[in-house]
Amino acid sequence: MPKDTGIGAATVRREDVRFLTGTGEYTDDIQLAKQTYAVFARSTVAHGTIKSIDTSAAEAMPGVLAVFTGEDFVEVGGNPAGWLINSRDGEPMKEPKRPVLAHGKVRHVGDAYAAVIAETAQQARDAVEAIEADIEELDAIVDMNAALSGSNFVHDEIGTNQCFDWGWIEDNREATDNAIKNAHHVTTLELVNNRLVPNAMEPRASIGSYKASTGEYTLHTTSQNPHLTRLLISAFVLGIPENMLTVIAPDVGGGFGSKIYHYGEEALVLAAAKKIGRPVKWTADRTESFLTDAHGRDHVTKIELALDKDGKFLAFRTDTKANVGAYLSNFSTATPTFLHGTLMAGNYTVPLVYVNVKAVFTNTAPVDAYRGAGRPEATYSIERVIDKAARELGMDPIELRRKNFVKPDQYPFASAAGLEYDAGNYDALMDKMEEVADVAGFEARRKESEAKGLLRGFGVNAYIEACGIAPSNLVGVLGSRVGLYDAATVRVNATGNLSVMVGAHSHGQGHETAFPQVVAEMLGIDPGVIDIVHGDTSKIPFGMGTYGSRSLAVCGSAVVRATEKIINKAKKIAGHMLEASEHDITLADGVFSVSGTDKSVTFGEVALKAYIPHEYPLEDIEPGLEETAFYDPANFTYPSGAYACEVEVDPETGKVTVDRMTAVDDFGNVINPMIVTGQVHGGLAQGIGQALVENTTYDENGQLLSASYMDYTMPRADDMPMFAVDHSQGTPCTHNPLGVKGCGEAGAIGSPPTVVNAVIDALQSGGKDVKHIDMPVSPARVWEAMQ
Amino acid sequence: MYNFDVEKPGTIAEAATAMRVEDAQALGGGQTLIPTLKQRLAGPSKLVSLKGVAEMQGISKDGNTLRIGGATIHAAVAAEGSYSALAALAAHIGDPAVRNRGTIGGSLANNDPAACYPAAALASGATIVTNTREIAADDYFQGMFDTALDEGEIITAVSFPIPQAANYQKFVQPASRFALVGVFVAKYTDGVRVAVTGASNEGVFRWTEAETALSANFSATALDGLSVSPDNMITDLHGSATYRAHLVKVMTGRAVTAAS
Repeated sequence: MPKDTGIGAATVRREDVRFLTGTGEYTDDIQLAKQTYAVFARSTVAHGTIKSIDTSAAEAMPGVLAVFTGEDFVEVGGNPAGWLINSRDGEPMKEPKRPVLAHGKVRHVGDAYAAVIAETAQQARDAVEAIEADIEELDAIVDMNAALSGSNFVHDEIGTNQCFDWGWIEDNREATDNAIKNAHHVTTLELVNNRLVPNAMEPRASIGSYKASTGEYTLHTTSQNPHLTRLLISAFVLGIPENMLTVIAPDVGGGFGSKIYHYGEEALVLAAAKKIGRPVKWTADRTESFLTDAHGRDHVTKIELALDKDGKFLAFRTDTKANVGAYLSNFSTATPTFLHGTLMAGNYTVPLVYVNVKAVFTNTAPVDAYRGAGRPEATYSIERVIDKAARELGMDPIELRRKNFVKPDQYPFASAAGLEYDAGNYDALMDKMEEVADVAGFEARRKESEAKGLLRGFGVNAYIEACGIAPSNLVGVLGSRVGLYDAATVRVNATGNLSVMVGAHSHGQGHETAFPQVVAEMLGIDPGVIDIVHGDTSKIPFGMGTYGSRSLAVCGSAVVRATEKIINKAKKIAGHMLEASEHDITLADGVFSVSGTDKSVTFGEVALKAYIPHEYPLEDIEPGLEETAFYDPANFTYPSGAYACEVEVDPETGKVTVDRMTAVDDFGNVINPMIVTGQVHGGLAQGIGQALVENTTYDENGQLLSASYMDYTMPRADDMPMFAVDHSQGTPCTHNPLGVKGCGEAGAIGSPPTVVNAVIDALQSGGKDVKHIDMPVSPARVWEAMQ
Repeated sequence: MYNFDVEKPGTIAEAATAMRVEDAQALGGGQTLIPTLKQRLAGPSKLVSLKGVAEMQGISKDGNTLRIGGATIHAAVAAEGSYSALAALAAHIGDPAVRNRGTIGGSLANNDPAACYPAAALASGATIVTNTREIAADDYFQGMFDTALDEGEIITAVSFPIPQAANYQKFVQPASRFALVGVFVAKYTDGVRVAVTGASNEGVFRWTEAETALSANFSATALDGLSVSPDNMITDLHGSATYRAHLVKVMTGRAVTAAS
């Protein structure tokens, strides 16, 4: 029976009232007194030497208050990579400095080399056009193979375009090679995981302000993690003491990863605010978003799967080149390595995995984590090569997967890629998928399609991912330069309502609804009296923010721990009020009772007592009712799923239509099924978008050809079928208090290989010998593959 | 944007006068022009909005000719029943916001090589009426973004002879949803006309071989054995010249079948 409140209830998202009525407050909505505007001068060439920049004409333009170039930031630090990767030979990765403004060279189209601050944005834009920059164009480095073999370098000071050459698990390399050499059958597939532009609805924006009387800075910015941004600016870039910098991320209109990172524009507006003594606002236009938001994916991979004569997997071996773009964005080195290689055993008992990843600098926008971050790349490689193997061996793709699944009695399961899966049931997910997707009815639907002259294909996928990042001790060993705990403060106010301050940031995830459901369930009170505070470093405890499907699993666990502390203290207060031992106090439905008696006080009465501590045992109990907890997970969480897709392909035009899409996910326990369903829908849309339409394209000169919505295809509602989403097969996470796993990225991880598998199935059914088409599987590519 | 003046004349004569200023630019629905201005890719001295010119608004039917005012929005054309293939074309331009701003005159004056209206005008043998003259569609389209319009000349109306049968098939470019290839087929008593948009580096063009074949036999099978040369077709990130050439034939066949 569905609940109507608390954990498990499909509570309507309270934040949607302001989002849907246009009363949200985004960074660009904020107008500070005496605010000025920044506009950036950006490189129009992908690679060039800055010979000179003459700003004198710009400085003389009407309304101009200051002009900055890279020279102004030579003394400050670079924007760092958050994860140290060591190459196979033990050498640390190459970390060229990423300056606030380009200095010496420009390294991608859109690389900012100067900024104008003016009274109006229009004046600043005019002045940018008056900057005379002499930039000598150099040959652009775009292709990763050329980057690795040539002598033309994105960063001359490191003398190579290879950031690192990483092996995982290096000790298994030889055994994996031997397994592949001696296997009954080896299936090989070369594929591209296409580069994606994040395209958050709200472009990036920042306002820097500075109070000279106290030396305090404030940054309003579009961030998924204000504390992390503050730490990066304070400790690495500008050196502002953390206690002198407040970072506020108000309503944020989508991030998908691209707003995890600190960007130079944030440092610029802070430095400029100090220099001119007035707030400085910058808001990206859509072209800047395309050119400078950290892009996602961009892997070129060769994968081999070795099987025995019965179809048991013996080894996966991959060779991947990962494009990191022109500079290392904050998590760009973790994404293709520990968020990718460690998932390369998939849901399978395969005994050997070896992953080689070479990260490559190119004259393109930086590439970093984007919804799924490494796990979509792993899942796509694994699930495409399994499908190809099934075809080569004449086996049913579902049965081949089942034959190799980790079974329910094998948990905890040590995967060949180095993770310990705590819980799951992949056969149950597959069973449910077959039911929900009506696999039995496929052949009849195929005949209906044939009658219309269309080729129908069925695609299947099983995925596992690692969420809830992350156990700090583990990731510390693996090279992370940060811890990945989170934090929450639960403040019970005197009148019995609550403010819960959380380190996670909500920019579409529905925290303002879901977190109160947890607290309300624990306290037995109305969630309506609980308010979530997030996004302001001056108000919230130090948490690491929202990405990697971590908010509920990590920050939600901190909320649970803090609420437990509240309950413990409240029981002491109630015990005093009821003249009973705290150990005899029980809490149910918001009422504290003495076991076995009819004596009770309400939660509200206890709250009032805590703040008006008359007749209160001050020697034993502090007044007030406010608790903070930090939570560092013991392990990753491991959502998994079984997906199915049916497509119709028009053999005359190559057009692919997704007719049915089924997502059966194990997210563990579900707090709000409506929000979870919505998250899956969004993930599916992005995954189908990647599979079919999203087409980031740089030409050989490093110009982004798909730099606007006239050429970059976003998936739209009419590209989507009605989704069938099921999360009834949850196996609770064993190591966090809510038993939750994370649902934000699953749809984007599970769907791309499902769609492509379906397209290949459709073409094969039509007698076309097409084994693979790279994403996006556009009509033109499908048609060309059929010729 | 750069700064510019705006003038909103009430008559064609006033509009023509307003256009005499150096670097003046006529503004229809602004669906191409405004984004261009926002990106500072154009810097007109003055925009002459044609929205207030009453005599350029609306649709009228005179015998077998449909006359559409140059400032008529796509949504109005989509709602007009007497030339259903044209209405269906208009109903699939852009999205509701575009269709309630963009105008037929604006589209034809811009002559985007992937726009829909040029295919309808050329296939219908329409007449482009301006403030100074009437131009046959066959003489009007002069290549990508190029037309027979003189400096300052304004499209005041477009006259379409209504065919016996017609259909427009648009295979969309997925991002812009302009035509990757769009084919308009119109059958008249004196023959069939086939116009193709989206495909050619020269902009909209007539596929005369198909016209001959279809005039003899208005059936998709009449196209068997015909092929379209990929020479001078567009190659871009959405499809090659060869693919576009292939689509021209496929879409022509579908249009004929749908019109039959």
